[in-house]
Amino acid sequence: MDLKLKIWRQASPTDKGQFVDYDVHNISTDASFLEMIDILNDELIEKGERPVAFDHDCREGICGMCSLYINGHPHGPEAATTTCQLHMRKFKDGETVVIEPWRAKPFPVIKDLIVDRSAFDEIIQSGGYISVTTGGVPDGNSIPINKEHADLAMDAAACIGCGACVAACKNASAMLFVSAKVSQFALLPQGKIEAHDRVKAMVAKMDELGFGNCTNTYACEAECPKEISVANIARMNREFIKAKLG
Amino acid sequence: MSSSHFYSSITKKIIMSLMGLFLLTFLLVHLTLNSFLLFDKNLFNEGAHFMGTNPFIQVFQWVLFAGFAIHILYGIILQIQNWVSRPKGYKKRAWMEQSPFSKYMIYTGAIIFIFLAIHLGNFFFVKMGWVGNGVPELGGKEDMGQLVIDLFSNGGYVAFYVIMFLLMGFHLDHAFQSAFQTLGLNHPTYWGFIKGLSRVYAIVVTLGFVIIPLVIYFR
Ligand code: HEM
Ligand code: SF4
Ligand code: FES
Repeated sequence: MDLKLKIWRQASPTDKGQFVDYDVHNISTDASFLEMIDILNDELIEKGERPVAFDHDCREGICGMCSLYINGHPHGPEAATTTCQLHMRKFKDGETVVIEPWRAKPFPVIKDLIVDRSAFDEIIQSGGYISVTTGGVPDGNSIPINKEHADLAMDAAACIGCGACVAACKNASAMLFVSAKVSQFALLPQGKIEAHDRVKAMVAKMDELGFGNCTNTYACEAECPKEISVANIARMNREFIKAKLG
Repeated sequence: MSSSHFYSSITKKIIMSLMGLFLLTFLLVHLTLNSFLLFDKNLFNEGAHFMGTNPFIQVFQWVLFAGFAIHILYGIILQIQNWVSRPKGYKKRAWMEQSPFSKYMIYTGAIIFIFLAIHLGNFFFVKMGWVGNGVPELGGKEDMGQLVIDLFSNGGYVAFYVIMFLLMGFHLDHAFQSAFQTLGLNHPTYWGFIKGLSRVYAIVVTLGFVIIPLVIYFR
């Protein structure tokens, strides 16, 4: 298949940047979206031009590195899919595809389609962990965990920290990401101990970094490749209220 | 801009949602009172008289104004911070909002605010004697019902009123369920019900406020 691409090119964080048009030809419908850009980049290198910089790592939907805002959607138009798992058969022959970086104040563009997502790391560092003192490994069955909570914690822990929720949200809010991290701990006995401090610290960090306020548009849930539920945001709000009152 | 100046993002939302729920309740009371006008003007006048004289309500009306002021103030702060959070927008952005009217809350909110100002000018300020020729009288008593009926005999005003309430309905449709989500009251078992109730509330309240002037105009 043939495609017309409109790609955001920006040489450095301070460069103004602009959209550049590219044509790609004979792309296999079985190629992934990233492979399609690989092909374009090979052609650009052959021509002596600068290849398009983009993030990727595992290419199997688990690391959260790939990004790209494709035709108006983070990770492209297909639901519950990362860009590395998006196939070209989801596009029409001859279609124009607009490719942009994530846009949010806390995610500055480094180069072309690569943004700096270390703001998420800072949020994790502010409280997204449990403190353990090393020693003997406790018996796994000594702490009973109810099945429902274990499942909900697993669902929340599926978040790969890709930032699509922020990219999708009209407010550039990080609430879905932060609430997934808060929830995965708050639901389990080991995480409950520091739950109050954790939620306060992580929310404060999220605000400080300049992410927007959630207005419950639920765009994040619709665009999340791991289908993290906005019920996690409600849980985080409950945790936050408990922490403030308690 | 550091948001810590105006509390954390979640605290702001909780304040907004509590004030919003308060306003949602007030709208129901107001609609009930207005609906008396369809049946009996005297009943409406008695209701208005009660509202205008009962000491509890007298105090409460200032609480209500404060509620509006806080909701509006936080609505504006929240929106400005949200605009600042994305200095550069997208070239192409799909419709992704799952609660459709969530996208326009600041605009529908601004519409409500404009309407509120005009509405207060038409009724509350007249009643307080700050503007206009005062409230008509009937048998030595204030005839608020007549004031309303006079206004609603003007087709242009009725059309304006109807359009304003339709736009307010969009605010309400998102608002009701959003307040529950903000307060953490999202449970898979009840969430469908709350969303349904939100839509029913918005439709009933909007139609209620819209039907009254139409009935009076065409009666
Ligand atoms: C009868 C009048 C009003 C009612 C019943 C009402 C109710 C609500 C409720 C319940 C919410 C959801 C709050 C939450 O989820 O935390 C909301 C959101 C909002 N309201 Fe209002 N509101 C009214 C008037 C206004 C006015 C006059 C403005 C003025 C600008 C405004 C601006 C906003 C904004 C920007 C939001 C979205 C932010 C958010 O979701 O928290 N509202 N409203
Ligand atoms: S919540 Fe979903 S969209 Fe947001 S960072 Fe996690 S996986 Fe990505
Ligand atoms: S490259 Fe790892 S999730 Fe896409």
